[in-house]
Amino acid sequence: MTTHVPPRPRHRKLDLTNGRVELTHGAGGRAMAQLIADIFAPALANEFLAQGNDQAAMPLPGAANGKLVMTTDGYVVSPLFFPGGDIGSLAVHGTINDIAMSGGVPLYLSASFIIEEGFPLADLDRIAKSMGAASRAAGVPVVTGDTKVVERGKADGVFISTAGIGVVPAGLVLSGDRATPGDVVLLSGSIGDHGVAIMSSRENLEFETAILSDSAALHGLVAAMVAAAGAHLKLMRDPTRGGLAATLNEIAHQSGVGIVIAEEAIPVKAQVAAACELLGLEPLNVANEGKLTAVVAPEGADALLAAMRAHPLGRDAAIIGTIVEDKHRFVQMTTAFGGGRIVDWLAGEQLPRIC
Amino acid sequence: MRYVDEYRDGVLAKSIAAAISAEAEPHRRYHFMEFCGGHTHAISRYGIEDLLPENLRMIHGPGCPVCVLPVGRMDDAIRLAQRPGVTLCTYGDLMRVPGSDGSSLLKAKAAGADIRMVYSTLDALKIAEAEPGREVVFFAIGFETTTPPTAVAIEIAAKKELKNFSVFCNHVLTPAAIRAIMESPEAKRGEVSLDGFVGPAHVSTVIGTAPYEFCATLYRKPVVIAGFEPLDVMHAILMLVRQVNEGRTEIENQYIRAVTPTGNEKAQALVTKLFEPRESFEWRGLGEVPFGALKLRDVYARFDAETRFSIVTQKAEDNPACECGAILRGVKRPADCKLFGTVCTPENPMGSCMVSSEGACAAHWTFGRFRQHARTRPEVLPA
Repeated sequence: MTTHVPPRPRHRKLDLTNGRVELTHGAGGRAMAQLIADIFAPALANEFLAQGNDQAAMPLPGAANGKLVMTTDGYVVSPLFFPGGDIGSLAVHGTINDIAMSGGVPLYLSASFIIEEGFPLADLDRIAKSMGAASRAAGVPVVTGDTKVVERGKADGVFISTAGIGVVPAGLVLSGDRATPGDVVLLSGSIGDHGVAIMSSRENLEFETAILSDSAALHGLVAAMVAAAGAHLKLMRDPTRGGLAATLNEIAHQSGVGIVIAEEAIPVKAQVAAACELLGLEPLNVANEGKLTAVVAPEGADALLAAMRAHPLGRDAAIIGTIVEDKHRFVQMTTAFGGGRIVDWLAGEQLPRIC
Repeated sequence: MRYVDEYRDGVLAKSIAAAISAEAEPHRRYHFMEFCGGHTHAISRYGIEDLLPENLRMIHGPGCPVCVLPVGRMDDAIRLAQRPGVTLCTYGDLMRVPGSDGSSLLKAKAAGADIRMVYSTLDALKIAEAEPGREVVFFAIGFETTTPPTAVAIEIAAKKELKNFSVFCNHVLTPAAIRAIMESPEAKRGEVSLDGFVGPAHVSTVIGTAPYEFCATLYRKPVVIAGFEPLDVMHAILMLVRQVNEGRTEIENQYIRAVTPTGNEKAQALVTKLFEPRESFEWRGLGEVPFGALKLRDVYARFDAETRFSIVTQKAEDNPACECGAILRGVKRPADCKLFGTVCTPENPMGSCMVSSEGACAAHWTFGRFRQHARTRPEVLPA
C-alpha cells in the first residue's frame, strides 16, 4: 500500500470537515486511493511523488564525490497539534535535522502514516498540509509514502514514520567520536522551548504560556556553519529527547572525554525557566527540535560563532563550554550560583517531583 | 524569573560564602544536617558544597518522603493498583520506585493497571467524580506540607458524598524523625558528629517553628528553619556557624518570608480533625519511628483505603549491605557504601537514599560524584 496515485476515482469528495478515517481507507482499494489523492498528493505534491510508483527514482547530486547519508525516524508526539507546530512539520524538521547533523545536504524524505480508525479527516488534512508546507520551505520533498489504518485503540490518532536521504560533501567528517580536549562547545540558541510547549498543551496540564516549539529545519544553519568553520568543525548533534544533558553525555561517551559547561552561558527563555520551575523540571533535560550543539577546534570557534549568529536560527548562539580530558567522561557544570555539579543523563522519563 | 532569581544570585552567594569561611573557626569541625530533601536538592543542584570551607560538612537527612517510604507500602500500592476496578492516582515521583519484587507502578501501568499521574489531590477527586464506576484511590504521601491538601480532598469528598474515593495514607511527621535520629544508638554513644540542623521550609509554613523546640532544649542542637533557594541555604549555614561559635542552641527562622512561630493554624486544625498519629511507622532507612506518621481517624474510615481494601503491610527487607540507615543518621557517607554506584544506581535503586533525586545517594550520584575523583574542577572558557 503505497502513495501510488491512480486516476482519481469517481467518488464523492472526502468530507474533510466531519469525515473520519475508516478501516477501508487502509485496505488498498478505492477508498485508500481517494484518501491519498485528496489529502496526501496535493499536500505533498512534487515531481517524484507524481511518478506514482511504489518507489521514487531521483537524481543524487554530489554523490559521486561525497557520501550518501540516510536516516529513519518515528513520530508519536502527543498532542498532535501543539503551539508552534504539529506532528507533520515536526516529522519533516526532525528527519532533515538528523541528516543535517552529518553536515550533509538533505535531499529526499519518505513518510509512512499509521492512522487510527476514526481519526478526523480534517486533522489528517491539516497534518498533511503542514508537512507539505514544511517540506517546501526546507526545499526537501517527500518523494514516497505509505498509508496504513489500524483499528480504533491500536494507535493514538496518527503515527508518522519517516526516512531521509542526503549527501555529505567529500572531505567533511562529522562524528560523535571526534571531540578532543581543548575543543569548544557551542549551542545554537535557547533550550527547552519544544518540551515546554508540548507540556503546556497536554490535556491534564494545560497552563498558559506564550512559548512556541522551536521545531525548525536546521540544514540552512548547518550549511553556513560548514562554510565558516570547515575542517575545524568536529561534530554536531541536535539535542532532542533527553535535552542538552543527554546530548553532551553522548558526546562525552563517544569521544571518551569530559565536558565542562557554564550554566550562565546557556540561553533559557524566562518563560521556559518559569514553567520548568513550576513543574520541577530541569531545562537541560527538556527536548528541543530546532537547536544544535557543535564541537569545534578552538581556532575555528570565533568564525563558527559569528556564522551561527548571522543565521536567523542561530541568533542566540553561544559558546557554552569546553572539552576536557576525563577518563570518567563526566559532563560538569559551573552553576550560575558559583558551585560545580554533574550534568547527568536522566534515569528515565523526567517526572515531576512532589515538593 | 522575578522573585526567584534574587535568591540564586551568584554575587551574593560569594559574599555569604566569604562570611562563612571567615567566621568558621579553623580549629573546629562543623557538621550540619539538612533534614529536608528539598535542601539536599538545592545543595547538589547549585553546587553549594564547593562554596563551603573544608571544615564544614553537610549531612543529607531523611527528609524525602519518597525515599523513606518502606518497600512494603510500595508493594501495597502496586497490589492495590492491580485490583480490577481500582484507579490509583499518584504523584509522578512514585512511579519508578521499585517494590520488593522489582515491580513498580510504571511497570504495573504498562501491564494494564489503571494508574494516573496527578499534580494535586483535587485532580484525583475530579477523576472520582467523573468516573463513578471506578474505585479511585489517592496515593497520599509527604510530610506536614502535603497533608493539608489530602485533608481538604477528603473533606470535599465527604461533603459531596463521594462513595468511590479513598486515600492510601503515608503522611509522615518531621519532628518525630529528628527525634529518632537523636535517639539512635550511635547518637547516644556520641558517635555521630552533628552540630545542628537546617530545618525544613515548607513543613514549617504549616507547623511553625515551635515543634522543634525539643532539639534545643532536650538535645542542645541549634536549628535554623530555611527556605529552599540556594541563598536561603547558605544564609542558614552562616546562622548555624554563628550559633555554634557563640554556644547558642536556638530555633532560628531564616525563612521569615513564609514561616511564623505558630504556622498555619487553620491547616493544623484541619489535619488534627481528620488524622491521628500512628503509634509506630516504619521509615525506610531509619526503622520504626514512634508516632512518626499519621492515619485517618475512625470517623473517616470510609475514605481510608487501608480499611476499605483490608491492606495489611508486609515488611520487606532492604539489601543487608545497604548503608542507607547509617547515611541518613549521618554516620556514613554515600561513597562509604559498597553498593553505591555499583549495584545501586538511580536506574536500579537498592536503598531508600537512591530512590528519588532528593535522596542523599541519588543527589551525590547525579550531581556530585565527580568530587570523589577530582579535588578541583577544570576552568571553563569565559563565555
